[in-house]
Amino acid sequence: MTYIAKPKFHHPGLKKNELGYTHRDYEGKISTLCAGCGHDSITASIIEACYELSIEPHRVAKISGIGCSSKTPDYFLGNSHGFNSVHGRMPSVLTGANLANRDLIYLGVSGDGDSASIGFGQFAHSIRRGVNMTYIVENNGVYGLTKGQFSATADRGSKSKKGVTNTDNAIDLVAIALQLGATFVARSFSGDKAQLVPLIAAAIGHKGASFIDVISPCIAFNNHAGSTKSFDYVREHNDAVNRLDVLVGRDPIAVDYAPGTVQVVEQHDGSKIALRKIDADYDPHDRLGAQTFLARHAAKGQIVTGLLYVDPDAEDLHSHLNTVEAPLNTLEADTLCPGSAALDKFNASLR
Amino acid sequence: MSDKKPISSVNDFVVRFANVNGSGSASANEMFARAILRHGVPVSPRNIFPSNIQGLPTWYEVRVTEEGHLGARGGVDLMVAMNPQTWDKDVAGIEPGGYLFYDSTKPMPSTKFRDDITVIGVPLTAITNSTYTDPRQRQLFKNIIYLGALSALLDMDPKLIEQLIGEQYKGKEKLLSSNVHALHLGRDWALQNLKCPIGLRVKKSDTVGDRIFIEGNSAAALGAVYGGATVCAWYPITPSSSVAEAFTAHCKKYRHDPETGKAKYAIVQGEDELASIGIVIGASWNGARAFTATSGPGISLMTEFIGLSYFAEIPAVIMNIQRAGPSTGMPTRTQQCDIIACAYASHGDTKHVLLFPEDPAEAFEFAAAAFDLAERLQTTIFLMLDLDIGMNHRLCRPLKWDDSKQYDRGKVMTAEMLEEGRDFGRYLDVDGDGIPYRTYPGTHPTRGSYFTRGTSRDRYARYSEEGSVYADNMQRLVRKFETAQDLVPRPLQANAERPTKYGVIYFGSTSPAMDEAIGLLEARGHQLDRLRIRAFPFHSSVASFLAEHDFVYVVEQNRDSQLRQLIVNENGIDPIRLVPIVHYDGSPITARYIAKAIGDHQDHLKVTPLRKAVS
Repeated sequence: MTYIAKPKFHHPGLKKNELGYTHRDYEGKISTLCAGCGHDSITASIIEACYELSIEPHRVAKISGIGCSSKTPDYFLGNSHGFNSVHGRMPSVLTGANLANRDLIYLGVSGDGDSASIGFGQFAHSIRRGVNMTYIVENNGVYGLTKGQFSATADRGSKSKKGVTNTDNAIDLVAIALQLGATFVARSFSGDKAQLVPLIAAAIGHKGASFIDVISPCIAFNNHAGSTKSFDYVREHNDAVNRLDVLVGRDPIAVDYAPGTVQVVEQHDGSKIALRKIDADYDPHDRLGAQTFLARHAAKGQIVTGLLYVDPDAEDLHSHLNTVEAPLNTLEADTLCPGSAALDKFNASLR
Repeated sequence: MSDKKPISSVNDFVVRFANVNGSGSASANEMFARAILRHGVPVSPRNIFPSNIQGLPTWYEVRVTEEGHLGARGGVDLMVAMNPQTWDKDVAGIEPGGYLFYDSTKPMPSTKFRDDITVIGVPLTAITNSTYTDPRQRQLFKNIIYLGALSALLDMDPKLIEQLIGEQYKGKEKLLSSNVHALHLGRDWALQNLKCPIGLRVKKSDTVGDRIFIEGNSAAALGAVYGGATVCAWYPITPSSSVAEAFTAHCKKYRHDPETGKAKYAIVQGEDELASIGIVIGASWNGARAFTATSGPGISLMTEFIGLSYFAEIPAVIMNIQRAGPSTGMPTRTQQCDIIACAYASHGDTKHVLLFPEDPAEAFEFAAAAFDLAERLQTTIFLMLDLDIGMNHRLCRPLKWDDSKQYDRGKVMTAEMLEEGRDFGRYLDVDGDGIPYRTYPGTHPTRGSYFTRGTSRDRYARYSEEGSVYADNMQRLVRKFETAQDLVPRPLQANAERPTKYGVIYFGSTSPAMDEAIGLLEARGHQLDRLRIRAFPFHSSVASFLAEHDFVYVVEQNRDSQLRQLIVNENGIDPIRLVPIVHYDGSPITARYIAKAIGDHQDHLKVTPLRKAVS
């Protein structure tokens, strides 16, 4: 029923967050994706995380590339500016936007074709630069909008809906993000809201390049037997390293999972992430350990989910460039233009 | 020596230095040019260099011109032949009666010279080797030694060169004194062993005035500082890299908060041109003034984003320092060859604003103006320089700035305006000029947000594939481009003394050669009205100029007469009335070339009446 405009009324008793916003204030237009698409679950998790964090919706800039995943920013945070840019180029557009105004929250939404194929370079370089952003890849291993071609994250040996076997090696964006110095790296599954919502909330609170790879089955083209991105396959092969809660001075998000040790990580913005350890040996502050852990499980055919790495004291591109605290887009001629006296001196030096 | 008389000229000749690149000759040669300026005599230097770092031939040409002709002249009166690789070609290029200056340490067979030129041998290597032991010193000081010898041969005031050395090595006493020493080694040898001065002489004058000596790329970068650019993203490519490097240097000087030391700018060297323009688009979308600098191949890579900028209406400033294409072309040679590529860059129906500065002073002005235009028109503005303007020092009027000037941030709807209940449609033409209002992200909690996309949408930025909605938007973009006509710099017209049916159109770096050519043409009896185009879209005065003349020459530095194509296409006029005059070998166009091409054509047009011919 995607042609029907979303009604504006809502239940008067709808719960409000710290800023007085209801859940509905974080929603966007009705999704035009296929019913049951994993991407819609991610949209719901983004809405949930923003609501829980009590973010002012209009202080988020949503930027995407091209593809099914890149359409989703229209379906959440309807009062935010969104930018559905160029295929594979979300990272550069986001980088520029971030340079112009460091005070907004930047949410980059991309897909596996957008980030691992055409935009692999931009993905890599935005991570390298430490742009302060939450970079979410809605990863289904397939080109949905052009009807079912393999993407670069499709596993070798996996089968397309038409029965073609993929013979190319897969790119694991999580492994690459770790290698390139992302300061927050996680993986989750679109069907696991309990894990995904706190991960998104923690990523938003993180100052630096946060990357989340979300496996999101394509119900139209990649949810069949032989696919390694289907609901069934991911559920069977998922190995979570931890569960986390984000504490923002209110009730922590209710997730109640296997008991284990709890480790609290305080982030730059003051929010705290409580990691409930499932694997007792797992240390999320060890980049090298995370890489090894990931590789070891990949060899066993297991998809590791959870928060793999975080550096709570990370720096971002603005700290590298030593830019002023005021957003650059607020500076005017009085502070930017050196004026005619300086120009006269400059002229004199060229004679 | 044949009976050809040696050239005799004061303050009007061309010296060409033939060097090997990486030998440190560039700074000595530049000092030579500056020294002549200090005599009050205008010069126009040009660097002719290979796409290489060490070992290939490079030339530096200095036109000494009291008359102030700053275009390339063509021909060489004094060749300083320091490169054995190019010896034959260099010697052959000297004008009859000209001079050859060379290192005579090793004897050369007489067949290597010409008998219609004056040969001046100075044993540079011998002098250097007997004075210095360190190989690098030998190489560097050899350049200063020939500078000293030339100062004697051309009757230059050594005090003025010493002054320049003093300024260059201020605070580095050891380097200063050793350079002055080397200068006098060469000068004294020449005075003692050669007939000084030769027929070419530099005589003190006062024709430089208050003009400054600056590269176009540096001036354009300073224009970006004055114009309020805060974000620069770029990828290294000759001949544009020095724009970003100069912007960095200017920002370090002018754009740090005096208290905190923090930067009021952000410069990112992108991983490629796609990222560079993406960063510019993202920053401009978010309300900062942003630019990139590139050259032809970079423009090709950026075209998808340029289309987005046009259609989604996001400001961007692209400085295109043109070089010879296509493909990698001639990376270190000049051309004006991206006119069509930029005017219609990207897929679908697109048109873009181009600015054509003639020299560094205009590069400064137009660069600053480009940011106002980009935000006013919410689209890409191209600043079209070329290697000739960008990478050579050019004498030009001092840069000027009006302190009362405020930036034109264009139509931006603020939180207050939204609060008042103003109707916000991102693509709604409220004023009839085709320009809609925009909002910056984060402006208002509940009003003014919109979704930016490169796909079609209605006036309120809602996705739509309706044909009529799409066409409505495309027509508004045409209206906006018509608005641009009156906002961009207007063409400048200069009429001949007597009324004439012939005109000439030119632009950019062709300017000084064209101005000089007019004098040469007048001497041949040809009168021409001139129109210098400074921007696209063309102002209505271009159409008037075409209507007022039977034939109009269009002088440009590319093979396919691209500006002419653009004029024909945009004005819908009969192409036969526009005569192409093109120069595209990678060297800067000269007055001699233009005057010959137009003069010959004009001679053909002169029809002798039949009665006169038979009588």
